[in-house]
Amino acid sequence: MLKEKTLCKTSGEQESLRHLFWKRFRQNKLALVGAFIVISLFLVALFAPWLSPYDPGQINIKKILHDPSAKHIFGTDQLGRDVFSRMIWGSRISLLVGFVSMGLATLIGIFLGALAGFYGRWIDNLIMRFVDIMLCFPTFFLILAVIALLEPNIWNIMIIIGITGWMGVARLVRAEFLSLKERDFAVAEKALGARDFRIIFRHILPNALAPVLVAATLGVAGAILTESALSFLGIGVQPPTPSWGNILTAGKDNIQIAWWLSLYPGLAILITVLGYNLLGEGIRDAIDPRLK
Amino acid sequence: MSDNGNLVEVKNLKKFFPVHTHFFSREKIFVQAVVGVNLTIRRGETLGLVGESGCGKSTLGRLILRLEEATEGQILFEGEDILHYSSERLRQLRRQMQIIFQDPYSSLNPRKTVGSIIGEPLIIHKIGNRKEQEERVLRLMEVVGLRPENINRYPHEFSGGQRQRIGIARALALNPKLIIADEPVSALDVSIQAQVLNLLEDLQQEFHLTYLFIAHDLHVVEHISDRVAVMHLGRIAELARSEDLYRQPKHPYTQALLSANPVPDPTLERKRILLQGEVPSPIHPPSGCNFHTRCLNKFNMCPTAVPQLKEIEPDHWVACFLYGPNK
Repeated sequence: MLKEKTLCKTSGEQESLRHLFWKRFRQNKLALVGAFIVISLFLVALFAPWLSPYDPGQINIKKILHDPSAKHIFGTDQLGRDVFSRMIWGSRISLLVGFVSMGLATLIGIFLGALAGFYGRWIDNLIMRFVDIMLCFPTFFLILAVIALLEPNIWNIMIIIGITGWMGVARLVRAEFLSLKERDFAVAEKALGARDFRIIFRHILPNALAPVLVAATLGVAGAILTESALSFLGIGVQPPTPSWGNILTAGKDNIQIAWWLSLYPGLAILITVLGYNLLGEGIRDAIDPRLK
Repeated sequence: MSDNGNLVEVKNLKKFFPVHTHFFSREKIFVQAVVGVNLTIRRGETLGLVGESGCGKSTLGRLILRLEEATEGQILFEGEDILHYSSERLRQLRRQMQIIFQDPYSSLNPRKTVGSIIGEPLIIHKIGNRKEQEERVLRLMEVVGLRPENINRYPHEFSGGQRQRIGIARALALNPKLIIADEPVSALDVSIQAQVLNLLEDLQQEFHLTYLFIAHDLHVVEHISDRVAVMHLGRIAELARSEDLYRQPKHPYTQALLSANPVPDPTLERKRILLQGEVPSPIHPPSGCNFHTRCLNKFNMCPTAVPQLKEIEPDHWVACFLYGPNK
């Protein structure tokens, strides 16, 4: 019955491709683990106010650096704040940074990659040499330098991670455009008198998005890692806003007496990055086994 | 507007594609795809264009559509030189001429429904409102023999022949005067080929279309064409009415092509003209007549001068020194 229903509203290729995609995705255990981690993190971030047992900013001088216990399952930090609550709220930062900065990077990458691939010639040369230049910079030190000049708040961090992370996407999109623009359906659009904008965004781009989705998913993991590192160094998300990176900083200061302050945020970062990587690779393998 | 019965006149058209060479090399190397072609397409006729692969026949078609920019020469469409059109005038001109592609698998966007593929030209040129566009799409589907209930399906659900019908419907949507059919049936089964060819002939009657029909299959061209042009390495070797060309080929190249054409009759004894040597490279074409390296009738003049297309009988043009006063 259910099957019949889905067949009725079949919209052809989309549906059958999606079907194949799910079939391959479901067989990939690691990808499912990745998806599970990512979805769980989403839910945690979404329901943070309900899940966290304490106010993440509430200081309690009577409970400084308490061991993990039934009341504070991840212990407390140097100001007596509940680490478990702070980590739950910190997941919002990770998610926000991951998605906003990767979203920005993907938009820039798609736009420049599409222009380079579609127009070719000197535009292509200009954009791709610019990509090469951007790739020559050690990204992390570029970010450090820029943050030193700007106010280190979360929005600046996201923007900077975004504008230093678009090169991979641009290369992917360019490569797709190079082959797709020669396909007859793109030539047919030109012969019909369609404007370039329409050909690029309505006809070629939708056919080029699969690898971009994979790159973006993997990129989210990288962005989260970068944000944690920046916050750890004290130039990312500023206290008292909790982020996994700045909880780790506190852990570093007290590592000999309070192991829990380093272990749990470290584990959280590890698992999150692992989750996105597994998911990204799973999507890649399921979209097209040949991309492997 | 001068109307001498010619829809398209191509004058001394050239197209050279630059070849990437070594970065420090001064020498510029070009593939000479089309080398000084003169051709007219008459209103309402089907002009066949045949030749070996790589001889520039598809490039010629694309040049006429301005999908490629010509290196040199003139293309007159209804008496007007279209090579100097601004992009906006060019957009309007596109309503007059359309293309049907060889490969029905790559010519349709896999992510669009049949309805939106056929309706795309109407949207691009803002013709009619949504309702009128849908009616027009349904009408076009009926004309090319597609069932209207398929309007929301995707190209991959169709066979090659049906996909080619979708491509034909898209080309017809703007009521063009000229359709350039770039090997429209060579990717199809033989049984389907006949159907699509018949459809193209019916459509020509109904909509007063003019075809430039590009193919490498001589049978297909003979069947559908009023006149046939034979192309060799970017030049027109022979141009004649279809029946003349097939019955009395003049150019040695045409003769060789026709003799290579299989006839489904095992009892028939045929004299085959076997061409010697390779197809010359379009990067370094032979001097003079570019067929002389393989020609069986070559004489001392051939490598030295380029033969011009001459009318040796009414409506029969040949570019060969064997004919005309030069000999």
